[in-house]
Amino acid sequence: MAVKNFILVCGGTACESSKANDIFNALKSEVEAQGVDKDVQIVKTGCFGFCEKGPIVKVLPEEAFYVEVTPEDAKEIISESIVKGRMVKRLLYVDDTDKKKEDDFDIENIKFYQKQVRIVLRNCGFIDPEKIEEYIARDGYAALEKVLFDMSPDDVINELKVSGLRGRGGAGFPTWMKWNFTKGVESDQKFIVCNADEGDPGAYMDRSTLEGDPHSVLEAMTIAGYTVGANKGVIYIRAEYPLAIKRLEIAIEQAREYGLLGEDILGSGFSFDFEIRLGAGAFVCGEETALLRSIEGNRGMPTPKPPFPAVEGLWGKPTVINNVETWANVPMIILKGGKWFNSIGTEKSSGTKVFALTGKINNSGLVEVPMGTTLREIVFDIGGGIKDGKKFKAVQTGGPSGGVLTNDFLDTPIDFDQLTAIGSMMGSGGMIVMDEDDCIIDVAKFYQEFCVEESCGKCAPCRIGTRKLYDILDKISKGKGTHKDLENLETIGNAMKKAALCGLGQTAPNPILSTLKYFKDEYLEHVDDKVCRAGKCKDLVRFEIDPEKCIGCTVCSRKCPVGCISGERKQPHSIDQSQCVKCGACYAACKFGAIKKS
Amino acid sequence: MAVDTAPQIEFSKELESFIEEWKPKPGNLIMVLHRVQEEFGYIPREAAIKVSQLLDTPLAKIYGVITFYHFFKLDKPGKYNIQVCMGTACYLKGGEDLINEMENLLGIGVNEVTDDGLFSIESVRCVGCCGLAPVMIVDGEVFGKVTKDELPEIIANYRKQG
Repeated sequence: MAVKNFILVCGGTACESSKANDIFNALKSEVEAQGVDKDVQIVKTGCFGFCEKGPIVKVLPEEAFYVEVTPEDAKEIISESIVKGRMVKRLLYVDDTDKKKEDDFDIENIKFYQKQVRIVLRNCGFIDPEKIEEYIARDGYAALEKVLFDMSPDDVINELKVSGLRGRGGAGFPTWMKWNFTKGVESDQKFIVCNADEGDPGAYMDRSTLEGDPHSVLEAMTIAGYTVGANKGVIYIRAEYPLAIKRLEIAIEQAREYGLLGEDILGSGFSFDFEIRLGAGAFVCGEETALLRSIEGNRGMPTPKPPFPAVEGLWGKPTVINNVETWANVPMIILKGGKWFNSIGTEKSSGTKVFALTGKINNSGLVEVPMGTTLREIVFDIGGGIKDGKKFKAVQTGGPSGGVLTNDFLDTPIDFDQLTAIGSMMGSGGMIVMDEDDCIIDVAKFYQEFCVEESCGKCAPCRIGTRKLYDILDKISKGKGTHKDLENLETIGNAMKKAALCGLGQTAPNPILSTLKYFKDEYLEHVDDKVCRAGKCKDLVRFEIDPEKCIGCTVCSRKCPVGCISGERKQPHSIDQSQCVKCGACYAACKFGAIKKS
Repeated sequence: MAVDTAPQIEFSKELESFIEEWKPKPGNLIMVLHRVQEEFGYIPREAAIKVSQLLDTPLAKIYGVITFYHFFKLDKPGKYNIQVCMGTACYLKGGEDLINEMENLLGIGVNEVTDDGLFSIESVRCVGCCGLAPVMIVDGEVFGKVTKDELPEIIANYRKQG
């Protein structure tokens, strides 16, 4: 008997950590217990993207979209959804931003997905990433077949050129040019490398792609191998991503069994194979020359360009390096054509971009939108706006290399060039939303501290510059900054942009320069008035008790870790400012709003 | 540095055959160190010396690599290593408060181990579950949307297991 229902359980990292595995097992034993195991196939898929509401379970064909599922719900899902054929209403996702639609459970109407266009994530949440058959059933490896038998290497390059695909790792370099450089170099050995060293804090696009659809990357790299004349692929992946590593290993093994990897692929005479190399936690290894040194087993320090890796890369041989998201686009471009891809997005940035939307936003998750989508659409339509009804302050894109986008840019179409023009950058796709409770100096300091730690120390502008910038920000956050310090931030930052050896040092001042430009008033408040309006810079915060409102319940004095709040029971209390460590425990504990933060 | 004496450390059969397998491959050092750390939980000095001999690589280069990368540890972590995520999303949602509270509760700082060897605290980079921020991982188990108030109970549960 044919299978009547499919149950898709999200197996992405976020859902797995909230017990998706247990849900999967509970569903398995329930279908057996209720005697419907022949009618149902339960599949563990890649990330659905809607991480805020995870773990997610989807039942096909009726497309019931269940959110925040627990293992205990398995029984009801099977007895209602499968046996009786009706949905479990209490688990269905309800979009609470639109009350009229309370009874509308159609997945098409979930705002989180409405404006998304899924090319890179086309298979995430649809297939079981540990089964090559499911990838093949969705046109997997058809692009490789087409390339091997119907296209010359020049045809492939031309298709990429028409598509306008640009590197998704951050800088946006045209992909066809990279491939073409390597293709043009004579060499006995060439390499294809995948950069899966996603070190940007707050970004997990590549991880989800690899976990949800590992074959798409393998297929694309094999295509590149054929195009430029390489027969070895290396995937450099963070050791912190064990699930993605495991799924890649399974995928490579299965592709070999199917003859899609290894010697004489599909009888074409072309051979290609893979090796996985683990990163070890160094942000600078996202820079391509540093990444190559790390694969070679050394400290991951960048080297000057030229020579570019396309000409002199891994072990001194011509090497094509692209990041995960870039690779995942390639099979679709080959299958549907460069023209189709170019029709999506903006004139100079075609296709889509995956963003990891996180921070103070209602719907955190992984979103893929056409280039040119505005920030407003992403934050308010897809993301559902700011948490707890707070005020939007800014969005940080590009991580430690990027900048902030303020209210004024909510309607700017987002693509590579627009973001650069307003002083941020695309980066790998981290998009962190901040609200009024976040202090812009504190955020800049957070990124700068990251850069101080991650600077490899090879060149002086980065090694000394990041440290100096951090020290100045620290001084400002303690209320000891001067106008001269603000000038110095700009001078040092601009010098680093020009003089640092690699991308890390050149972009490290961006979070500071961009916040200085758009939030100068907040810097000035810290310097002139010694005030932090968000209350994040502890040295500038002062807690006081309003004697009018204090009823003397003594909760605050019991919560205070240093015992600096005193007062008789049922009498107004007071804080000894000389002892206060500004931890905010009293502020959080007071139920009467008697403690004022200023 | 010349190392003459045989180091006083035993490698498992699996680890030794892993090193044997990788020895002929260029650029094997990082892969081997990963495997060593998997076995011991950190990279003991004796193990580094032994790797130096097995791969015929200078000890100075091995320490150069170990200290360059955050992932490699030179000190033995506690039985339950508490990793608090300090990615941007977790930072904005209070990751730092979690670390401070953990330090208070256990009486140790980041990268330190409690006297009984049970707990250690580590501040880690983005673990990639930003939807669950702030995130904390204890001995491989992930805790999402953690609040300060939940920490004493979480610690107590692990302490009970001993």
